[in-house]
Amino acid sequence: MSAPAVPSSQRKRLPTRAAVVAGLLLLIPVIALGIVPVYSRETPKLWGFPFFYWYAILWTLLAPVFTYSAYLVIARARRQP
Amino acid sequence: MRGLAVGGGVHSTELAVVLGFFALVTIGGFVAARWRRGQSMHSLDEWGLGGRSFGSVITWFLLGGDLYTAYTFVAVPAAMYATGAVTGWFAVPYTIVAYPIIFIFMPRMWSVCHKHGYVTPADFVRGRYDSRGLALAVAITGIIATMPYIALQLVGIQAVLDTMGIGGTGSWFARDLPLIVAFAVLAAYTYTSGLRAPALIAFVKDTLVYIVIVVAIIYVGVKFGYGEIFTAAKTKMTKPTPAGPPTGVFITSKANYWAFGTLAFGSALALFMYPHAMTGVLAARGRNVIRRNAAFLPAYSLMLAFLALLGFAAIYNKTPVFGRDGYANAQLAVPHLFDQVFPSWFAGVALAAIAVGALVPAAIMSIAAANLFTRNIYREFFAPNAAPKQEATVSKVVSLVVKFGALIFVLSLDRQNAINFQLLGGVWILQTLVAIVAGLYTRWLHRWALLLGWATAMIYGTVTAYRQTVPNVKVKLVNGTPTPQVHGTRHFGTSVADFPFTHTKVYIAISALVINLVVVVVVTLILRALRTPAGVDATSPEDYYADAPSDAVLSTVEREMSGAEPHSPGAT
Repeated sequence: MSAPAVPSSQRKRLPTRAAVVAGLLLLIPVIALGIVPVYSRETPKLWGFPFFYWYAILWTLLAPVFTYSAYLVIARARRQP
Repeated sequence: MRGLAVGGGVHSTELAVVLGFFALVTIGGFVAARWRRGQSMHSLDEWGLGGRSFGSVITWFLLGGDLYTAYTFVAVPAAMYATGAVTGWFAVPYTIVAYPIIFIFMPRMWSVCHKHGYVTPADFVRGRYDSRGLALAVAITGIIATMPYIALQLVGIQAVLDTMGIGGTGSWFARDLPLIVAFAVLAAYTYTSGLRAPALIAFVKDTLVYIVIVVAIIYVGVKFGYGEIFTAAKTKMTKPTPAGPPTGVFITSKANYWAFGTLAFGSALALFMYPHAMTGVLAARGRNVIRRNAAFLPAYSLMLAFLALLGFAAIYNKTPVFGRDGYANAQLAVPHLFDQVFPSWFAGVALAAIAVGALVPAAIMSIAAANLFTRNIYREFFAPNAAPKQEATVSKVVSLVVKFGALIFVLSLDRQNAINFQLLGGVWILQTLVAIVAGLYTRWLHRWALLLGWATAMIYGTVTAYRQTVPNVKVKLVNGTPTPQVHGTRHFGTSVADFPFTHTKVYIAISALVINLVVVVVVTLILRALRTPAGVDATSPEDYYADAPSDAVLSTVEREMSGAEPHSPGAT
């Protein structure tokens, strides 16, 4: 396909700083659930839930916080000229 | 409340509630054709991607309805019930880490596909690498991985029907008719409404599922107690079997850290390689819709976690899992638990949630598989000049063929076959990751190396999965006593196997992916040294950041993609 003329208003690469910050924010939940030996334990229990189980449930709530923060970092960087 | 004995009549209250919801979603499915309608349904963009117009809320319901399937609702707690943490609970970390991963690369995928009018991942591979062979490999992998997944949605419906007292023994016609009717209706509205049908039905499905889960969470907490269900599960999982060590896992240990971790990460990487997931993403209106959804979709994972724990609740409650055919089937654990503990009208709502939960993904999967066939096989090899309308027609017909193929698969073969193939499907689909995801960032990898890596990994993965033999034990209820019957051994026993040259159990898809990568890199180095032609890249770097194409570009793309306008001097 021949490349059509691209308008100059097209989006550009994300600034490096914002990309690094967003990347780190996204990395946190991945690492938190990647360290299987660390969270493979029964105690401390919470409301009868062994640690292994409540830890994963906790991350279903924490992961969105980090992911949404990454979204905000990127959205803000895009708005700045 | 049902005892251990099988049988009893049809549960009419439950059946009435389920039929009521089925009627509601059927109307919704047909009405969807008019919902948010574009100028015409006669193109793949409209029929197969809902006009690429879905905002954050619709996408959240659509992807939630698409990814958390009826089979998931049945199989994850079933695995928790049967063997515990490794095969069951891995689904929770899996559906958490999937989203940071897609946050990174899916907006790029969306941009390049939007810019060039790509409908399928294989379209992108075709454009990026200029290789029909590689695109065909990606398309066929997508189709064969999706087919058994559709079949498993039927298995989910079967579990619901069996619980309500339909199925089991009797003539095949009486047994299977409800399933055939349900699928025929589904096929009809998918045909007329395309992706808009499951998008609309997803609202019903997800609402039902959330209501049921919230009630179940409270019920289990108040009536059983979470401490109690974990104690019951621990007792079951850690009890040695007559043959040797326990088969269950309550909390992962040194022996299965890698199995658990690679199952979670491998499945997370594979999730958005599935054509139906890709279809849901490409139907979004913009890049930010995808990023916001990556942040908010884990709400479904929270729900999945509590659903998984219902498998433990079934252990605590000593829920019988014998089907109408008299055999034990762990997949009946949650439907039977609902049937046991809820009043029948609410059990009906819960069972309807599972049944409707099967329809949404089955529709999207058949659309995705049909789009792959139309774009990357039909148009690529048989009708290069197919007009958009012709493409939409072919896709509609293929979506019917795909659904009936799945139906025949489930009705004619043992349920175990569908499960085996779905296991294989996960191994297969992950092998398309190298071409697709690496392709979003770099064109360094050579197209023929990618093809060779894919082929090697497909063979390795299939053979390895086949070689995992386990004793084929079925438990039958004989005069009220569960009686194990051993029928030799069966293949595809587990999804983990020793990583090559080690004794560490690892998800087969991950081992295959490592082999895939090694082959791709080594062969790329060789082909580059030999200066083998790498083909022409149809995309340019800024395509991967583009938000929405300008009108000029759009019309150029439409003209080129449609191939309908002859380049005659008279045409303007």
